[in-house]
Amino acid sequence: MERIPILQVGEFLIVSIQVDLHDRLALRLQDELTSQVVKTRAKGVLIDISSLEIVDSFIGRLLNNIASMTRIIGAGTVVVGMRPLVAITIVELGLSLINVKTALNVDQGMALLRIMVNSTIEEGSDEPDNR
Amino acid sequence: MNLTTGDVLPLNSEEDMLLVRRAVKELMVEHQFSLIQQTKMVTAASELSRNNVIYGGGGVAIFELLQDSGNTGLRITFVDQGPGIADIDQALSDGFTTGKGLGLGLGGAKRLVQQFEIQSEPGGGVRVSISMWK
Repeated sequence: MERIPILQVGEFLIVSIQVDLHDRLALRLQDELTSQVVKTRAKGVLIDISSLEIVDSFIGRLLNNIASMTRIIGAGTVVVGMRPLVAITIVELGLSLINVKTALNVDQGMALLRIMVNSTIEEGSDEPDNR
Repeated sequence: MNLTTGDVLPLNSEEDMLLVRRAVKELMVEHQFSLIQQTKMVTAASELSRNNVIYGGGGVAIFELLQDSGNTGLRITFVDQGPGIADIDQALSDGFTTGKGLGLGLGGAKRLVQQFEIQSEPGGGVRVSISMWK
């Protein structure tokens, strides 16, 4: 069975999608990530999509879902590494990654996650919402 | 996979959707379409393949290389034998879906390509063509 590895680094979970995502595999990732967040009590999830040549409406919806679900259970999600051509394409497709925070690369994504986690602690809020 | 014009790929499963995506990519690399054209066309093909499999019960993707006064184009036609679309204008509008999707597939695919044609009758399946020119 194909599987996308989920790595735990401290209080964060890191996923790098390196395969051609079909819908079933994408849904499986969503389920596994959500249960891993609960199991490991992770405070943040970082998803690297720099290898993805396309993001279509299905994958877009999935990224939105992951961000919403993890937020409900108290973790932030940052999507990093989106290729510029993919960004152009999803805008024309009409897809809005409304729930998803993004960063240029893994470094910046980790920095953003740390800020999100710290602001949650300082504000005593469950939801670091900076919009 | 070496596709030539008129080649037909089946669309019956998620694996087939991936193979169609890869075929589009390979063909466009081979014929030196720009990266943005590749990304848009593969994304559009992904949306239409999914519609074909999920809503149309599967079908085929037909690949055609087009030539017009020295310019090269790629046309992909997705054909299914499903229930068809009753109101095409409604189906093309963003946010409309009869399923669980976002309702971006058809309208989104149309925006991503240079030419888009759709034919359907209730009960008669759907035939969607998309084209991209270099």
